[in-house]
Amino acid sequence: MDAITGAWDWLGSAANWAGESGVWHRLGQHVQLSVVCLAISCLLALPVALYLGHLGKGGALALNLANVGRAVPTYAVLVLLTLSPLGKAGDWPTIVALVLFAVPPLLTNAYVGMREADRDVVEAARGMGMSGRQLLIRVELPLAYPLIMTGLRSASVQVVATVTLAALAGGGGLGRIITAGFGNYDTPQVVAGAVLVAGLALLVEAVLVAVERLCDPMRGKRPARTGRRGIRAPRKETAAA
Amino acid sequence: MSTLLSTYPNTAMIQAAGPRNCLQANDWICGEYVRSRGQELLDATVQHVWITVASVAIGLLIAFPLALLARQRRGAAGPVLGLTTILYTVPSLAMFALLTPLFGVSAAVVVTGLVLYSLTILVRNILAGLQAVPEEVREAARGMGYGPLRLLFQVELPLALPALMAGLRIATVSTVAMTTIGAVVGFGGLGNLIDSGMQGFFKAEVLTASVLCVLLALIADLLLVGVQRALTPWTRAGRAGTGGAGAGGKDEEGTGGRDGKGGTGGGRPGAGRTRGLGRERKAVA
Repeated sequence: MDAITGAWDWLGSAANWAGESGVWHRLGQHVQLSVVCLAISCLLALPVALYLGHLGKGGALALNLANVGRAVPTYAVLVLLTLSPLGKAGDWPTIVALVLFAVPPLLTNAYVGMREADRDVVEAARGMGMSGRQLLIRVELPLAYPLIMTGLRSASVQVVATVTLAALAGGGGLGRIITAGFGNYDTPQVVAGAVLVAGLALLVEAVLVAVERLCDPMRGKRPARTGRRGIRAPRKETAAA
Repeated sequence: MSTLLSTYPNTAMIQAAGPRNCLQANDWICGEYVRSRGQELLDATVQHVWITVASVAIGLLIAFPLALLARQRRGAAGPVLGLTTILYTVPSLAMFALLTPLFGVSAAVVVTGLVLYSLTILVRNILAGLQAVPEEVREAARGMGYGPLRLLFQVELPLALPALMAGLRIATVSTVAMTTIGAVVGFGGLGNLIDSGMQGFFKAEVLTASVLCVLLALIADLLLVGVQRALTPWTRAGRAGTGGAGAGGKDEEGTGGRDGKGGTGGGRPGAGRTRGLGRERKAVA
């Protein structure tokens, strides 16, 4: 209980929000790094995934990438990059690690989404004389949209978590508040930092769910689905198999 | 190193000087490090393994009743799945930090955090596996006088096993990777070495620990594949019969990677069911 009231007091004190190591500055670093890296990752992963998915090639690569990404510890990659020559170049170790871990979920989900666009619909569109480009943009992309957004959400959550970890390897961001707290045996600060990080991650997830609903190119036209991931999953898998 | 040795005539001298040099030169790869700190590496690996095994085992023990609850009561499914998803969204460093006041600086912090993460994947997969058991199979078993417990453990669970194992593999592999972050409270297994290597700018220590960590994940995954094959002999019989071996094996791999961090290996029951069903029918009939 002490830790909770202590963390509340910590968050309530204006001194902790201002300055170089204050919450606002750390939050700014966190959000800026996350957005930049997410944008880079999307630019790298989505065109490749959409193209491969459209052609129906490179499936093994796209699917196994996520497995490899899971087995490699983020922390190890961050530290390895920090100790490499890249480590002297400011934020670059963090940026490279972030992109490395954001690409697999984006690529895999977008690829699977493209592959699982209803074949009958695609055939019908081709029969109507649509060109490859029209097919991609007007048929496959809208059908793949939910899975692309799932990938974007996974990647975003991953990026926010990884920026937090970057603090362990000397990077900026909200994780610094937690590591500084551990360093000073200041439990209230550790808890306060953790609450901020968790809040940010949940906020990002919630905002992306809202964006997904609002920007759906087939809003209101999609067959009703009962659950977000769990229920939809079985259909996905069988179609992929 | 070997090419270097073969090009120089006086290999004995280089060999004598080499090991000292690689520690002094702070090389990434250093055999002398592995030799001289073997015990340290072994201790870290042992800690890594027991933290992972404890986390996944406890996760499985909690996830199974939760999945049963979510299946039994429609009202429970939403909250159970929602809560585990929210837990999964919390970054690991924050999770460990939040658990520290509860458990103090101890291994319990790391194990609890990892259990909470594994729940997301395990509950989803077990639930999906159980839901994919065809109603006819259940009816047939009931008609043969199977009680609810026998039905669960002798019919439904074996049929849900491929989905469960797919989830277990994802959970184990990501737990192995995430254990490293336990270094923040000093219980990170190989993560502790990565941490101390970073503090001391000791490249060989960081690289060796990282590689060992990835190897652990791979070995754990392969072991679980072996366990799955041993537990589901009917799938292999099916493969030999239908010749669809390659497709079956690949499918599992692909499913694991499906959701990136979200890790919904859940769809597998579709494949598991169709493969298991014929076998099960035979067994029941």
